[in-house]
Amino acid sequence: MTNMPRFVIAGLLASTMLTGPVLAAGTHPVTGDALADDQTFTYRVLDEHSSVDPQVVEDVSGSEIVRDLFEGLMNQDAEGKLVPGVATGFTTNDEKNIYTFTLRPEAKWSNGDPVTAGDFVYAWKRLVDPALASPYAWFGELMSIENAAAIIAGEKPIDELGVSAVDDHTLEVRLSASLPYFPLMTTHASTFPSPQKVIEEFGDQWTKPGNIVSNGAYILTEHVPSERSVRERNEMYWDNEHTIIDKVVALVINDENAALTRYFAGELDRTEVPAGQYPKLKAEYPDEAVSFPRLCSYYYTFNVSPSGPEAFKDVNVRKALSLAVDRKIITENIKAGGEIEAYTFTPGATAGFEVPNVPMMNISQEERDAEAKKLMAEAGYDASNPLKFDMLYNTDEAHQKIAVAMSQMWKQKLGADVTLANMEWKTFLNTRDNQDFQMARGAWCGDYNEASTFLDLLTTPSGYNDGKFSNARLDELMTEAKTSDNPQPLYTEVEQIIADEVPIIPIYHYAGVYMLDSDLGNWPINNVEQNWYSKNLYKKAE
Amino acid sequence: MLSYILRRLLIAIPTLLILIIICFLLMYAAPGGPFTSERPLPPQVLANIEAKYGLDQPLLVQMWNYIVGIVTRFDFGPSFVYKDRDVNEIIAQGFPVTLTYGTISFVIATLVGVSLGVVAALKHNTMLDYIAVGTTFSAQALPNFVMAPILVIIFTWQLGWLPGGGWNGGQWQYVVMPVIALSTSYMASIARITRSSMLETLHSNFIRTAKAKGLPTRSIIWRHAMKPAMMPVVSYLGPSFVAMITGSVVIDLYFSTGGIGQSFVNSALSRDYAVMLGVTILYGTLTILFNLLTDVVYAWLDPKIRY
Amino acid sequence: MVYQADRNERIAEKLVEAEQIKGRSLWQDAAGRFARNKAAVAALIVLASIVLFTLVGPFFAQWSNEEIDWARMGDIAGEGGPSLSNGHFFGLDEVGRDLFARTIQATQTSLIVGVIGALMAVTIGTLYGAVSGFAGGWADNLMMRTVDILIAVPYMFIIILLMVMFERSFFMLFVGIGVVSWLEMSRIVRGQTLSLKNREFIEAAQAAGVGWFTIVLRHILPNLLGVVVVYATLLVPQMILVESFISFLGLGVQEPNTSLGALISKGASTIIYGTIWQLVWPLVFFLLTIISLFFIGDGLRDALDPKDR
Repeated sequence: MTNMPRFVIAGLLASTMLTGPVLAAGTHPVTGDALADDQTFTYRVLDEHSSVDPQVVEDVSGSEIVRDLFEGLMNQDAEGKLVPGVATGFTTNDEKNIYTFTLRPEAKWSNGDPVTAGDFVYAWKRLVDPALASPYAWFGELMSIENAAAIIAGEKPIDELGVSAVDDHTLEVRLSASLPYFPLMTTHASTFPSPQKVIEEFGDQWTKPGNIVSNGAYILTEHVPSERSVRERNEMYWDNEHTIIDKVVALVINDENAALTRYFAGELDRTEVPAGQYPKLKAEYPDEAVSFPRLCSYYYTFNVSPSGPEAFKDVNVRKALSLAVDRKIITENIKAGGEIEAYTFTPGATAGFEVPNVPMMNISQEERDAEAKKLMAEAGYDASNPLKFDMLYNTDEAHQKIAVAMSQMWKQKLGADVTLANMEWKTFLNTRDNQDFQMARGAWCGDYNEASTFLDLLTTPSGYNDGKFSNARLDELMTEAKTSDNPQPLYTEVEQIIADEVPIIPIYHYAGVYMLDSDLGNWPINNVEQNWYSKNLYKKAE
Repeated sequence: MLSYILRRLLIAIPTLLILIIICFLLMYAAPGGPFTSERPLPPQVLANIEAKYGLDQPLLVQMWNYIVGIVTRFDFGPSFVYKDRDVNEIIAQGFPVTLTYGTISFVIATLVGVSLGVVAALKHNTMLDYIAVGTTFSAQALPNFVMAPILVIIFTWQLGWLPGGGWNGGQWQYVVMPVIALSTSYMASIARITRSSMLETLHSNFIRTAKAKGLPTRSIIWRHAMKPAMMPVVSYLGPSFVAMITGSVVIDLYFSTGGIGQSFVNSALSRDYAVMLGVTILYGTLTILFNLLTDVVYAWLDPKIRY
Repeated sequence: MVYQADRNERIAEKLVEAEQIKGRSLWQDAAGRFARNKAAVAALIVLASIVLFTLVGPFFAQWSNEEIDWARMGDIAGEGGPSLSNGHFFGLDEVGRDLFARTIQATQTSLIVGVIGALMAVTIGTLYGAVSGFAGGWADNLMMRTVDILIAVPYMFIIILLMVMFERSFFMLFVGIGVVSWLEMSRIVRGQTLSLKNREFIEAAQAAGVGWFTIVLRHILPNLLGVVVVYATLLVPQMILVESFISFLGLGVQEPNTSLGALISKGASTIIYGTIWQLVWPLVFFLLTIISLFFIGDGLRDALDPKDR
């Protein structure tokens, strides 16, 4: 049985509706806004990107550029739903372990060559190739492509990867497990095609402006490391006539306050709002300050491994500490950017996830504080025998504010003697990975829009389970969820276990908080993963 | 003289070698590595990456390969963080930027600093002197991470005269604020040293003699006082020039110049070993070179010194 | 620094001579000259007031340096300004803590870091230089070449790596700052020691069979005291400036402790949000401290080197 998902058809309809070329100085075909003559979009990035090679890139700002330069099988729309990219659609078998993508014949590389299934086969093999040693090779494993793990380990030749070109426009992928959400993963930069001929010609130098050949709506025309990168319209792109933005400039500005000053000076169309400044900016610039939920969670994790403190092995202590954290103060007074108070690990913004009702949500902060005190007393801690522990976070303005506030809450409410320990990023990671901490800050952003990307983190074998929490029932539920048609009840039970056992203290769910120039149209604020494509944006005439 | 210079240059080679060894040892003692990330890499993926960069080999072998690479191919290795580029490219791109704004700052700081110092010394114990001393002390004490945001707020946001950052190939508008922010404290130090050394020279016997002979003040200052008074300034200028042309992390970060100055801090924080070694060698070489140059100029200023 | 080296060398020579000719009277002369230097005396008074303020100030503080004013933390730009009525004399910091208490604590930290950092640098530098100079020969050569190499290392690297490698503490901060600042000192001291080495009193001590380390400790070091004092005074503000840069990088002291550099760098980054007092108060204390230290240092040097007057 084949099944053509409904959204693919919807996407096709949408794209056929938008016919006729768009003139730069015309009006927007959907919104009807008058378009500005100068269609340049300039935005701030925090750091220099690691690479623009789709299989090598590992950071957010690099992926943003790669999504403009290259186009994968599927794209996301403004809501984060799947829409066709190079593939017009796909079919799958009943076991959901073989996917066949149909590629559009009109797709071209910027040098005029057609984009073929072979380009994807080449790219995916490249991703897992030990010789390239991509830091994102694990994504190939995460996608469960047949033999990916063995190839990464050097146990099998690259050619045995479960992906093949049936013909130039048909790509077949064989998975080692049933994966219903596999197509979602093809919007990830690591899966984008790469031009074999060009890579073989230029080697490491192929991503340099002038050498680079790409199949997305833009090509890289300028790159001054640590200062700026510029990408301009790719005339060969199959949907070029619907692209409105001509030029995209990413400026590297390390200091967020400096970036905001430059935004005010009119140098930027988009920048991040520093923690705590959103309410004031929203009042002053109601059209420009925006906030929307993101697919990320901020939490503190207890070290419950043998190296952790004895006190944290007592669930009452963990619970008391969690109860005493007044999330509202953190979301409203410190971050103040529309973040959502968190009592569960998975953000409510996650597709298909319903936030379960955990007991803590139903009582007021006063009641929580009272219960926390009671639990601490039960655990045997009082003024003469205060709970003592270190809380670890990495050097950062916002993390520090939150840590300071939390330590004061615990100090004042529970009489706990908390020592703040901030570490430089790499040292922090190293310390946390080695369970050389008592309580540590953590944050997790979804790899894909599904609750398991969060909840898997707390399973026993997870490499990201820094506190080494282990619960047999939770592991069982998560394994079951992998293949379940309706995993929501399973996820609800997992969240209940987390609420009862408190391996982590969820603090808040992230919000994207930007200053967006009011001339900028179509920013996808409803895309919780913030996978945005410059080709969908436009600049309004003043 | 020539043999002295040659000998100093020869000593530079073992110095740089030891520098490399120190750096290697420090880097490997630091916790975390270039590939430590928020999501720990699966061991197999990490092993592949380490094999690719040769990090799986013993430290001595790594050091040997590194030195051989430099000597035979002038290859300082790839960046572990910016995967599209190698260290030579990073330095070739970032050093000209800091060299530009550093040299301009140096020239301005020296000219203004020396003039200010001389004027203050000549007008010793007058209002002008006090103002000059007060200003230079404040300027020396004001951190440039305070000055940089204030400059941007005034010149970019409020007045709209200058771009708030970027480099743009070194167009003058982009160079102004980095130069102001960098040169101020050096200018103040130079003025302070010049003033104090000029005062000392003016009180020395040979100047008194010259005055007694009735020579015009202008000629006393230019002909007789300037040269000896400049000696301490020159010995300060040598290391300052190196510090200025290798840039400042505050300026590079705040004004997004893309200069090499930020690499000194960033490469250490990101454990980008090869970049770290590259900029250290750059700094070390420049330091050795300009210390030598300072000594040569010193000998020219003071005929008593012989090598 | 090099410039200072020149003069300090000369001062040291004078002190050594004076020590032998006139006994202690040189110190009295110097004190007299220092007292006549109005700027230096004024600076000394300012510095003393700052130190006094950090000692007395806490008795007036209505809040501790780590307590958060929960009621006002939501609108710091609006309600967090300096105010006598709510007890936040200097206003609130970015999390809602009392800036008065924090500025006092920060000033203490900066002064301690400055003084101890300078002491570290001076102690290491003096001992190293004295030993190197006194030992002479290949040991001297080796020790001085080491200094040449260390000078060519960008000092930020060393500090960052030290702060990164070891758990962050006051102690590490002193070590980190001291470790990069003793090089110049060691060169000056070595030069002085070389010239002292051949004096009669040293030779007499050697002839009497006194061990070399005892000679360095008992006979050489006391004669270097003058240069050490001057150098240390000039080093204190440098150390405070270095600490402020480390704080700017976020590698300074651990919260809830703070330093002037940390407060200033936070204050400077948020000036566009209408919380200017977060920059002004710590900056005033920072500038006053450093400028008065500059004046005192210069005054001390002039007092010990009478050639200028």
